[in-house]
Amino acid sequence: MIINGVAIDDTFAEAFGMRATRLIITAANLRWAYYAANAATGFATSVIGCGAEAGIEHELSPAETPDGRPGVSLLIFAVSAKELAKQVERRVGQCVLTSPTSAVFSGCDGEEKVALGKNLRYFADGYQISKLFGDRRYWRVPVMDGEFICEETAGVVKAVGGGNFLVLAASQMQALLACEAAIDTMRKLPGVVMPFPGGVVRSGSKVGSKYKALSASTNDAFCPTLRGIGSSELPPETGAVLEIVIDGITEADIRQAMRLGMQAVCAIGAAGGIQRITAGNYGGKLGKYHFHLREILA
Amino acid sequence: MSRMLLTLKAVPTIAVDCSPLTPDRLAGQSAAAIAAIELQSGNRRLPTGELFDIAGESSDVLVIRNACSKLDRIGANMNGGSLEVEGDVGAFLGAGLVSGRIRVSGGAGAFAATGMAAGILHVCGNVGDFLGAAIAGDKQGMLGGLVIVDGDAGDRVGDHLRRGIILVGGNAGDYCASRMLAGTIAVRGRVGALPGYAMKRGTLLLAGAAELPATFNDCGTHELMFLRLFARHLAGVDAAAARFAPHGERVRRFVGDRANGGLGEILVAA
Repeated sequence: MIINGVAIDDTFAEAFGMRATRLIITAANLRWAYYAANAATGFATSVIGCGAEAGIEHELSPAETPDGRPGVSLLIFAVSAKELAKQVERRVGQCVLTSPTSAVFSGCDGEEKVALGKNLRYFADGYQISKLFGDRRYWRVPVMDGEFICEETAGVVKAVGGGNFLVLAASQMQALLACEAAIDTMRKLPGVVMPFPGGVVRSGSKVGSKYKALSASTNDAFCPTLRGIGSSELPPETGAVLEIVIDGITEADIRQAMRLGMQAVCAIGAAGGIQRITAGNYGGKLGKYHFHLREILA
Repeated sequence: MSRMLLTLKAVPTIAVDCSPLTPDRLAGQSAAAIAAIELQSGNRRLPTGELFDIAGESSDVLVIRNACSKLDRIGANMNGGSLEVEGDVGAFLGAGLVSGRIRVSGGAGAFAATGMAAGILHVCGNVGDFLGAAIAGDKQGMLGGLVIVDGDAGDRVGDHLRRGIILVGGNAGDYCASRMLAGTIAVRGRVGALPGYAMKRGTLLLAGAAELPATFNDCGTHELMFLRLFARHLAGVDAAAARFAPHGERVRRFVGDRANGGLGEILVAA
């Protein structure tokens, strides 16, 4: 399959089942909502080292938030509900509770729950106030700028992490520009986040390492400077490879994000130095979800 | 819409315990079976058919017509369905309500909503003393749900209130929110003497200035964002509740009753 001069490999991205939650952060204005949301989703590129993968899903107008203030929704993914609970508590406690004017609410329903105010309320040292409106419990935590409002829990849903595709280009800048275009399109979609900085990752990894302490190491087959070693998958004309990793609430969300992202890359095409799109997998034995590139683009 | 209709034939001389007459308990029963249900009245047990004309068909909507203040414990421990009462009712209206909806077109006596756990209780007229309060021997009053009183409420509204929301459209009597443990009470009219007496936790929201006990301390005027959540919640329930939605978040906050170390709050719209 070749689209606009870009070869689409007959391969698939291999993704895994995860647990996710959606939080809604509001503040006096969008600027402060973003400060809190950016901090809460910071250092969350990969579960391997960060414990969570997270990102901002989209902006919310005052009409779309529980308290009628501007806000953003964010998605946080982890390998288990237990780890998710730990990550949410730390991130909201350190990054949202601390941020001026912020409030945080659950953005999704689910039978499983992670604690928000349920545990954070203890920061109030006995001055916390619970308010149960309908079936939603909120906590009022007195803080120095007034009250921090925090919903009791957030719903946990089953989600998918690790959707991906790799962009092979003639030069580093051409690969980067194509990925920027893809990310600009993909960020408009609900239900997905691209957790790496700017949505793009350059340090793709393989399983295992020559060093015993490491479980993963650089993906030498796709490193252009190792082209001469022997295990390379890169032809001489490929100058750089970048990867986009996608976590989504559902398989369909990831499929749609991959489709639009790859279409944006293909739109730049061979004229923009784009040569090939491929995907990362582990032979199909580890991940429950397989995203076949050609099927998605068909 | 199908419904079961009970029409009171004459005002009883002695109060009648109407707690067996709830939509969930009458569900699937024939008129004859309902007529045979015995109701306690003083030291006698009277068949329902002797007191009420029974019409309509089995439904989760029960209508009681010609009601009067001799009918006690209407909707007590009701679990689901809708109970509509035309007229006044006696004491213990909706006591221990588990779920469902009760609407009374007239007024109600004392101890309405005591022990109520969930659901919605709407009284269009006035209610007596101890609305949502604990009965003697109980440590906690109402446990949850929403009570709407369009008219006035008597003394001791929400005494020992544990959870839930009480909205009073008119005035409330003395000791409003006394010994309150948690929950929310909003009064649109005036309150009598010593609101929040011995209050431990919870919120009493007043539309206008009131004379507060000396043991409530002024915390200043603030914009409290939870009031917006409260307003939105009420707006989402129905029109009767929506009228109580606070218009702004700016309130003067008094905390007490400090005489017993309480951390309750009286919020006065500012």
